[in-house]
Amino acid sequence: MSFEVPTGREEAWRFTPLRRLRGLHGDAPFDLGKIVTAAKADPGVAVMHPHHGDLRNGSAFLPQDRVSARAFDSFEEATAVSVPAGLTASQPVMISLRGESAEHAAAAHTLVEVGANASAVVVLEYSGSATLADNVEFVVGEGASLSVVSLQDWDDDAVHLSHHAAVVGKDATFFHTAVSLGGSVVRLAPSVRYAGPGGNAELRGVYFADAGQHLEHRLFIDHNEPNCRSRVTYKGALQGNGAHAVWIGDVMIRPEATGTDSYEANRNLVLTDGTRVDSVPNLEISTGEVVRAGHASTSGRLEDEYLFYLMARGISALEARRLVIRGFFGELVGQLAVPELADQVMTAIGGKLEKGLS
Amino acid sequence: MSTLEIRDLHVSVAGQGDEAREILRGVDLTVDSAQTHAIMGPNGSGKSTLAYSIAGHPKYQVTSGAITLDGEDVLAMSVDARARAGLFLAMQYPVEVPGVTVSNFLRTAVTAVRGEAPKLREFVKELNGTMKGLSIDPVFAQRNLNEGFSGGEKKRHEILQLQLLNPKIAILDETDSGLDIDALKVVSAGINAYREVPGHGVLLITHYTRILRYVRPDFVHVFVGGRIVEEGGPELAEELEANGYERFLPAEVMS
Ligand SMILES: Nc1ncnc2c1ncn2[C@@H]1O[C@H](COP(=O)(O)OP(=O)(O)OP(=O)(O)O)[C@@H](O)[C@H]1O
Ligand SMILES: [Mg+2]
Repeated sequence: MSFEVPTGREEAWRFTPLRRLRGLHGDAPFDLGKIVTAAKADPGVAVMHPHHGDLRNGSAFLPQDRVSARAFDSFEEATAVSVPAGLTASQPVMISLRGESAEHAAAAHTLVEVGANASAVVVLEYSGSATLADNVEFVVGEGASLSVVSLQDWDDDAVHLSHHAAVVGKDATFFHTAVSLGGSVVRLAPSVRYAGPGGNAELRGVYFADAGQHLEHRLFIDHNEPNCRSRVTYKGALQGNGAHAVWIGDVMIRPEATGTDSYEANRNLVLTDGTRVDSVPNLEISTGEVVRAGHASTSGRLEDEYLFYLMARGISALEARRLVIRGFFGELVGQLAVPELADQVMTAIGGKLEKGLS
Repeated sequence: MSTLEIRDLHVSVAGQGDEAREILRGVDLTVDSAQTHAIMGPNGSGKSTLAYSIAGHPKYQVTSGAITLDGEDVLAMSVDARARAGLFLAMQYPVEVPGVTVSNFLRTAVTAVRGEAPKLREFVKELNGTMKGLSIDPVFAQRNLNEGFSGGEKKRHEILQLQLLNPKIAILDETDSGLDIDALKVVSAGINAYREVPGHGVLLITHYTRILRYVRPDFVHVFVGGRIVEEGGPELAEELEANGYERFLPAEVMS
């Protein structure tokens, strides 16, 4: 482990408020922090809690920075979910990580393996109060399908630095939706690489930063196999002083990745003054034979003209904002793999809007 | 019976710098329900400014004067409260609102104005019937509000809203602009259906006598330089059509 303590000048850290991380990027000890994990799944799905040394050979995790390396070295007990080959899990696997205090740093590790031609939905729910560094591995077998919803539903004081690393097998499908609503600082880095041709990865995100919140999503898609597809769609809203959203979309198309089809988009809706968006798409193409490779990034004000038009029809300011926001997030939220979560997320977004107006 | 009263209204708009520019310079106008008033005037004379000021657009600063609806102080009301009090503005340039469907928008607006949510089935029936009356294809209900609509389609949807929201006084800002001949008839019929209901007044802003043949005004006002400079009956519109605004323009404005 040879990662230096970041200073904030590095490309990868320049947007992150290091001073608010409570040493998580440095040397904060992990032994006192506590995260309560729980997992619920179909009887056919194995859920285990291996100790640090016993993480089974399914794990191929390779830390990419100091925080994930320290977390990987320091967690005590992982949560390991395994869906056997050929099984279609009838219920979503629910994994919850709940923090009880943000005072001490904590580390966690989660491994989700889906066997060949199996299919599963996994919901990760982060909640409570914590200073957490964690890694989540997804290993999607050949022809398998995995849909993940990761809810960052933290209390106001939480700090969370997280890596979600997926390996997508031959002809496999991986859906991942990050929903980041709570917390003081959330920095989530979902990454995808492929273990064979024909893989399909869709990464989506919904976030809403209000006053003082820093919500950062750093995506990395490594097109290292031919004929794979990736789609990235992240949408966020910002309101209130000091609300800060960061979106980094790195896509690398390697020389061997012929026939790649890739597109990434990030859209931000700015509701008030005093907010800041950094949105950086980054596409690196090393082969001439791509099907499609593109990106888009837009950040716009919630137009006063929309609000005036809706209010001129009798609709209150709050309801008008709600209509526009629902329209903005509606499609992404409507596609959540667990429909009941859609209402929960929309209600939470409505709550944040209301708080912002009062 | 309702009355919209505008008294000595002065309105400014913030210019490029900080300097406010006065656009309305003392407008006096009384619109009773059961009356139709037409306002005609050259480009830039302030007609839309008057319409927006009545609706409460935040860009327009009322510096003096009064607007009341049945004695209630309209200027003290928020934009949405004005609409719920019974004022409606069909806009010259309806706004495109991405992500909000026509049907969702209309149901939300109808709920706000009527004070209770209509039953979904009844609302769908009412919406379909009203759309049919205006020759609007039902697929529009699921499209995003005004997004990608043609000019004429936007204007039809303004009248659709007028009929569903059923205000006391409707201000129609160049609703006839951009309409083809058939659409003009359909939209005029829509306005007339609204006018025929007792207690409904209309203030219609237009450049053309064309629509006034279908929607006969009781009064015509000539609007120049931020105020009403002449009033008359329908025959005044014919005279304007023939001679233009020349006789109303002060020499120094003619540069
Ligand atoms: N938001 C604004 N910012 C700056 N100037 C404005 C604004 N709104 C109106 N104006 C100016 O006020 C004047 C009156 O504009 P208004 O739109 O009311 O005219 P109008 O009579 O409706 O013209 P038209 O017949 O072309 O629709 C114009 O000179 C216009 O440029
Ligand atoms: Mg105008």
